[in-house]
Amino acid sequence: MPHFAYVLHLADNCIILGQRNAQWCGNGPILEEDIAMANNSLDLIGQARMLYQYAAELKGGLATEDSLAYFRDAHDFKNYTLLELPHYGPLVGYAVENLDYSVTIVRNFLFSTLMVLMWEKLQHSKDTRLAAIAAKSLKEVRYHLRHAHDWLVRFGDGTHESQARAQAALNHLMPYTQEFWIQAPFETAAYNANIGIDTLDLKKDWTSLVGDTLNEANLMTPPGGGYLTSGKLGLHSEHLSYLLGEMQSIARAHPDGVW
Amino acid sequence: MVIRTQVPAIHHSTNEIWNLLEGLTDPEIPALTLREMGIIRHVEMIGKRQVIIAITPTYSGCPAMEQIHDDILSTLEAAGFQVEVRTQLAPAWTTDWLTEQAKDKLKSYGISPPNRLCSGPSSVEHPMYFLRYSKEVEKSVQCPHCSSNNTLESSRFGSTACKALYKCLDCTEPFDYFKPY
Repeated sequence: MPHFAYVLHLADNCIILGQRNAQWCGNGPILEEDIAMANNSLDLIGQARMLYQYAAELKGGLATEDSLAYFRDAHDFKNYTLLELPHYGPLVGYAVENLDYSVTIVRNFLFSTLMVLMWEKLQHSKDTRLAAIAAKSLKEVRYHLRHAHDWLVRFGDGTHESQARAQAALNHLMPYTQEFWIQAPFETAAYNANIGIDTLDLKKDWTSLVGDTLNEANLMTPPGGGYLTSGKLGLHSEHLSYLLGEMQSIARAHPDGVW
Repeated sequence: MVIRTQVPAIHHSTNEIWNLLEGLTDPEIPALTLREMGIIRHVEMIGKRQVIIAITPTYSGCPAMEQIHDDILSTLEAAGFQVEVRTQLAPAWTTDWLTEQAKDKLKSYGISPPNRLCSGPSSVEHPMYFLRYSKEVEKSVQCPHCSSNNTLESSRFGSTACKALYKCLDCTEPFDYFKPY
């Protein structure tokens, strides 16, 4: 099953950002955004479920969507490091409660741009199940992208404060996007089997779309480079374990619970 | 304009099933039946009283799917059928499947129906075009209360995954808009 790890990587991306963004539920900066972020998370967790259900079938045995989501530890998760980071910039956060919406929006923007391009291509995967999931997810992630795009332009082209925060968030998060373009062995295997894609093929369009929006938002594209993360290989930041600790606590406290 | 309605054709042998299912509505939009929503994709008799029903989720995280699954099961079992409900992902559900009649029902229920088809020319649907020119693709949304087109989006995400929140600048009423999907 060469593409079990590939499907799991896609599922982990969706659930980790879904869980991270769900942190805004009840804490949103305004009511509409509270609802928007809850909807965004609902879509991502829905996509994660479709992918985990499929991954569980590929794995076979006793694997289920729940065992994959709730009973693996941080080093088994294959999500991009970008998606597990807290909602604050590198210098402003002292506690998890320090939430900065510009970080949320910039991350959603960078990731949704990638996923719109990726799902678009995966619709044509040789794996018909993955292609079906891609066609559904594409419709949803387009709305996420437009939402993040509109807010990023408002922040960047807004007040001095909102502009400074959006730029800081962008400078903070951009280096993490380098991980998008380095193929993990499971991505190469899936690509060679005509199941997955080579993300490097998306880089030109991604860079161009991101550049368009940053221009429109009066934001500067940060210089490239910086530390290259390897979340998809299981090497995560210190933040993932805390996120999982919260997300998995009920399932682990009541492992046979059904509701 | 060509209106494409893709409500599955009703075959004679499954008439009784479709009639029973006609009483089931979407748990979150009770104005529409599951058939009108395009959620029931396939009904197949595999024995005299044995039936397979294929349903498709609207949004992938739609929390109503389990309720819909249970509603179909209990309705048909109560009528003496043995039922298997399967989930089908492809083709992906689209608001293009809403019939004109369903759109009218939505409007009288206070929800503005999708104002465009999603299966447009692929050039328009391409992500590069979509983001750069989305404002041009989007047509004005009509208020379901006073039919004015002078409306404003309050939030792209609303009370359920499939809806956005709008307000009418003429009658000043807020309303839900069923997003093209």
